[in-house]
Amino acid sequence: MKRFVPLLVFIGLVGLFGFGIWWNSWHDARYVPSPLIDKPAPDFALPKLDAPDQTVTKASLLGKPYLLNVFASWCVACAEEHPVLMTDGRALGIPLVGYDYKDVPDDARRWLREHGSPYDLVIADQPGRTAIDFGVYGAPESFLIDAKGVIRYKHIGPLTPEVIARELQPAIDAVKREAP
Amino acid sequence: MSLFRWQHPSGRSAPCARMPFVESPRNSRRAQGALLRISLVAMLVIAGHAFAASGAIEPLPFKDHAQEVRFQNLTKQLRCMVCQNENLADSNADLARDLRLEVFQLMQQGKSDAEIKRYLVDRYSDFVLYDPPLKPGTWLLWFGPLAILLAGGVVVTVAIRRRNRGNGAIDDDKPADGRQAGNAPADMGDDW
Repeated sequence: MKRFVPLLVFIGLVGLFGFGIWWNSWHDARYVPSPLIDKPAPDFALPKLDAPDQTVTKASLLGKPYLLNVFASWCVACAEEHPVLMTDGRALGIPLVGYDYKDVPDDARRWLREHGSPYDLVIADQPGRTAIDFGVYGAPESFLIDAKGVIRYKHIGPLTPEVIARELQPAIDAVKREAP
Repeated sequence: MSLFRWQHPSGRSAPCARMPFVESPRNSRRAQGALLRISLVAMLVIAGHAFAASGAIEPLPFKDHAQEVRFQNLTKQLRCMVCQNENLADSNADLARDLRLEVFQLMQQGKSDAEIKRYLVDRYSDFVLYDPPLKPGTWLLWFGPLAILLAGGVVVTVAIRRRNRGNGAIDDDKPADGRQAGNAPADMGDDW
């Protein structure tokens, strides 16, 4: 029995290192889970991109779930995500609210004109102050906010059809079930 | 306009290697007028040299030196979410600049270091802290190395005891299969 101890130790180490390789192959060390999941979305009051004199608040959006999608015209990954929002995003069955993050309003308006807007409403956060309350650290990011204004799901990075099918749509279905 | 410290006026144009899928705003924007940009660059280059020469860097309007030291100390303990290997004090990322200003403003409001950290943790999770807090989820992180060290110590102690016990006479832990009888001191090594 004793002679197998080194072999067992070796197998144990192989298992440990193998786990490390496997874990790092799919787990993204840069992904930071948001502490805001299942907490009320922060209060905000931001101007509409198309009508800067009109302010949109958290309270004005209460009552039905919506997807808050952080984007910007300077963001290349947002352009990758854009076609997905135009098709799969429009088919989610909830309003899409665009959150224009640290962007020049004219650039954002031009970007949406050129690519087409998937959004029902676009709010602009040029200084990026409110984005800090949302824990935004890049773009794109997407928040699912329910009828009571609680953040139910967050995705960091571009939404893909796979992510929507695997994570976002089930989350939306759950939100819709409780508040039809 | 409050200027933040400009670390490497010549060397660092890009804030950092960005996240592969998430982006942060660019430093320079098309909307800035050329004249403004040129004057800014000139200012920063001059300021950079001046600061590099004097060693005193931080053009935020601090109340006193103690507050400046406190600010530096605090931002060194906070992680930049965009350049995740940099702290807030050193990072040149746009978000880091915003968060430095946020920290500065919270300080002006009389918030304590703990309150400012809580403010950021509430938004960006414990990940913003370079020093992970002690809580059930981090016990393995904090005490794991100690546990491994203790386990190693136990293994070594047991091995040494066995060896010493075997020195005098027959080792009764071992099966008396003839080959090992009376040969105990060597049995820790012979089948390795």
